[in-house]
Amino acid sequence: MAEYSAFSLLKNALSGNRDWKPAWRKPSPKASYDVIVIGGGGHGLSTAYYLAKEFGITNVAVLEKGYLGSGNVGRNTTAVRSNYLLPQNTRFYEHSMKMWENLSHDLNYNVMFSQRGVLNLAHTPGQLDDLARKGNAMRHLGVDAELMTPAEIGCRVPGLDMSQRARFPIFGGLMQERAGTARHDAVAWGYARGADRRGVDIIENCEVTGFLRDGDRVIGVSTSRGEIRAKKVAVAVAGSTGRVMQLAGIDRMPIESHVLQAFVSESLKPFLDTVLTFGMGHFYVGQSDKGGLVYGGDLDGYNSYAQRGSLPIVEEVMSEMLALFPSLAPVRVLRSWGGVCDMSMDGSPIITTGPLPGMYLNCGWCYGGFKATPASGFCFAHTIAKDAPHEFNAPFTLDRFSRGTVIDDKGQGPTPRMH
Amino acid sequence: MLITCPYCGPRDVSEFAYQGDGNRTRPDPASTDAEAWSAYVYDRLNPAGIHNEIWQHAGGCRAHLAVVRDTLTHEIKSVRFAREHGAPPHGRRTSGAKA
Repeated sequence: MAEYSAFSLLKNALSGNRDWKPAWRKPSPKASYDVIVIGGGGHGLSTAYYLAKEFGITNVAVLEKGYLGSGNVGRNTTAVRSNYLLPQNTRFYEHSMKMWENLSHDLNYNVMFSQRGVLNLAHTPGQLDDLARKGNAMRHLGVDAELMTPAEIGCRVPGLDMSQRARFPIFGGLMQERAGTARHDAVAWGYARGADRRGVDIIENCEVTGFLRDGDRVIGVSTSRGEIRAKKVAVAVAGSTGRVMQLAGIDRMPIESHVLQAFVSESLKPFLDTVLTFGMGHFYVGQSDKGGLVYGGDLDGYNSYAQRGSLPIVEEVMSEMLALFPSLAPVRVLRSWGGVCDMSMDGSPIITTGPLPGMYLNCGWCYGGFKATPASGFCFAHTIAKDAPHEFNAPFTLDRFSRGTVIDDKGQGPTPRMH
Repeated sequence: MLITCPYCGPRDVSEFAYQGDGNRTRPDPASTDAEAWSAYVYDRLNPAGIHNEIWQHAGGCRAHLAVVRDTLTHEIKSVRFAREHGAPPHGRRTSGAKA
């Protein structure tokens, strides 16, 4: 099992790096398990990890269609924050933030969690009032938030166009200093190694092709590597929820799948030590430790399972970046990609028992799933182990839409592409 | 992505506004069936493959269009005026239904 320390680095360097061991096994699927988790992304792996660590359930398989980290856990823009308005979201994401603060230690795996802050900019006095309201709501629940003046923002982010001649002048911003970024691949690998060590079978290249049923009850799955039975089948496939639920005969969900593009620029010297969001469109940018700008914007805006988008959004994102940082005009884009997001009807996730007996569902992460990875796994594991939600995911039910208890942080209504 | 508006011809996707799943049926406005309204407002077909959608040529002739599109490849199979016979009855009463 791969152990990383100064000593092992030195030892392996001297032996030509030939003796590294894989970080997790490559087991063949057994005939049955206590729990099957469909989806070897961040949420599926963290669910398996916490099932084993916190709830003592180690007879678990994680089934992944491709290779670990090939989906959204390796496609996001790595921001971690808990700056929400509504208490249900704030409590859940703040719990996640607290788990992030101890995650590298807990996994004994460096996820490079960097609390460099997330700063939301306001471009009108009204927008600044709105951010002040959000900041007060956060502080009311014990989450850090600080309103910044234009002078403070200009000092913190020197490259910004702070002039009043800017197309959208900056009136202030809301900063969450404890927010930041993490290395997304390391999160997947760290959880995978931690789960594997506790006995979880991580089975890659194993696509679920159907559900085994006993009447209504789900009793296992058929896969590209044979049938596997389980007492409990957990679905954590955000991005592909529509496809997987259709295999279970459920074709209507409060979810649309949309494609979100992300971009990385060529490496620049460090000039941006926080994550910044633009208020007059949809744009966010951070700088990775390698120096590349990691940024993105809006969804393409139509249903898609293709992991690529179209050009109008590329142009929009670039123009938004230049509105903030005119000096970045000569910087070249190194690469771009798309990821498929479960856009829910109120912008909030679903972590629940059901909808079929024997099934558990974790989905609807919109484009905010990465920061939720620890709390999502923990709450989902709790829901699976106890057949009841944890207090932090109790509001995130599937029936909240028909019951009228939606959690719509943006106040946008059931237009998923707008969340 | 190009969408061929039956009135204006092929136009860039940025001229169009997406209005989502075209398979939904709006309940009769007089209906008090909470389940039917909830399903209409919140539930969507979300297939990986061929999908019936409603778009509006908002930056052009403003016609509402019934578009059949592949969500895996973004290929557009057909575009018709939504008002034409046979288009998915999204947001409209079927002809002959009582108000």
